[in-house]
Amino acid sequence: MRRLLPILLCVAVTAPVAAADLNLTVEIPQLKVAEYHRPYVAVWLEREDHSVAANLAVWYDMKKADGEGTKWLKDMRQWWRRSGRDQTMPIDGVSGATRPAGQHQLRFIDGKPPLGALAPGHYELVVEAAREVGGREAQRIAFDWPVKVPTHLSAKGTDELGQISLDLNP
Amino acid sequence: MKHVVVRAAFCAALVLPFAAQAHKMWMVPSATVISGDDAWVTVDAAVSNDLYYPDHFPAQLDQLVITAPDGTTVKPENASTGKYRSTFDLAVPQKGTYRLALVNQGVFANYEVDGQKKRWRGKADELKAAIPANAKNVQVSEMSSRVETFVTQGTPSDGALKPTNKGLELVPVTKPNDLMAGEKATFQLLLDGKPAANLKVAAINGATRYRNAPDEMDTTTDKDGKFSFTWPAAGMYWVNASSEDDKTSVKEAKQRRLGYTATLEVLPQ
Repeated sequence: MRRLLPILLCVAVTAPVAAADLNLTVEIPQLKVAEYHRPYVAVWLEREDHSVAANLAVWYDMKKADGEGTKWLKDMRQWWRRSGRDQTMPIDGVSGATRPAGQHQLRFIDGKPPLGALAPGHYELVVEAAREVGGREAQRIAFDWPVKVPTHLSAKGTDELGQISLDLNP
Repeated sequence: MKHVVVRAAFCAALVLPFAAQAHKMWMVPSATVISGDDAWVTVDAAVSNDLYYPDHFPAQLDQLVITAPDGTTVKPENASTGKYRSTFDLAVPQKGTYRLALVNQGVFANYEVDGQKKRWRGKADELKAAIPANAKNVQVSEMSSRVETFVTQGTPSDGALKPTNKGLELVPVTKPNDLMAGEKATFQLLLDGKPAANLKVAAINGATRYRNAPDEMDTTTDKDGKFSFTWPAAGMYWVNASSEDDKTSVKEAKQRRLGYTATLEVLPQ
């Protein structure tokens, strides 16, 4: 029994617990406009002092020649100010191509990139969209981390963003 | 004809900002916050009544000094001076903040010849030859002014913002390309490298044509030469201070007139 105890302890520590995660759904609305371009979208987590805890997603036009697509990154001006201007694009595991209208599901796992190990605290999830020859909008969802029970939060965009859902799992 | 226009504009540039507050000199870049690897800005430079509508004289681009983030001086491209404004393009490949400045150092003379009042502006070393031997009541002033704006690619930096310690200069406390509506921004004014205390500073948002009141905001520098504005709205603000003293470097001049102007872009939240 004495010899078993340390082994049991190890099992307890390493037992596969479901990792805490953030499940995010971002809706890009269908817009009836004469000239439509897919929006640039940035998703990130801010601490209470507005510093960036994690860049979660940056969707921009990566295909244009000569880095022309990076010219408009600054139009996501909150993201640009908080974090974008300090980055070298593309950001591994974060940036990707622009996405069409519709709902886009993203899952971020605690302890794994791009979320990393999220320290306990108060955060705001920020989703910002900027569209060429269109508008710009940012929505924020505040939450405390970690959560004890599964928590559903949401925000609703008015112009460039649709429904945004954030499900937090302990 | 062209020479006349250029001369007149030069005069206007020199007199500013000491003459009527009506004439304002400025540079407005097409963007102040820039991303992208092959980025350019195009800049308008003029003297006008309304902000920022060229309606008076073009700025003189021979006064233009552009400092890159690494501290080197860089040249504009496609520089051109028209009837009411000058324009130029600037490649901004370096990460950091560029300072664009119209630096004006010169002298201004009033005198009389045969009872007729005459005026002359030019460089200090041209003064002797320019004033006729029979001139009477010669009054010479020295001019020192700076009209600036700032452009930042990526993260703001201050390598280009070191003061020259000549005349009135702005030292940013808040980064000049990190200004947002509703936020307070603080700057310091230096006079010959020392804090310019107790100096009035005015700020006016652009698009003055479309409102009745100029909506000028005024403040005064503190003992450290520092002043702050909390920007009420987004826009391109014309920030100006002027001063006079007797610390001339030209021996004929009894008075020195100093001016500093910046156009600062404030973005919406």
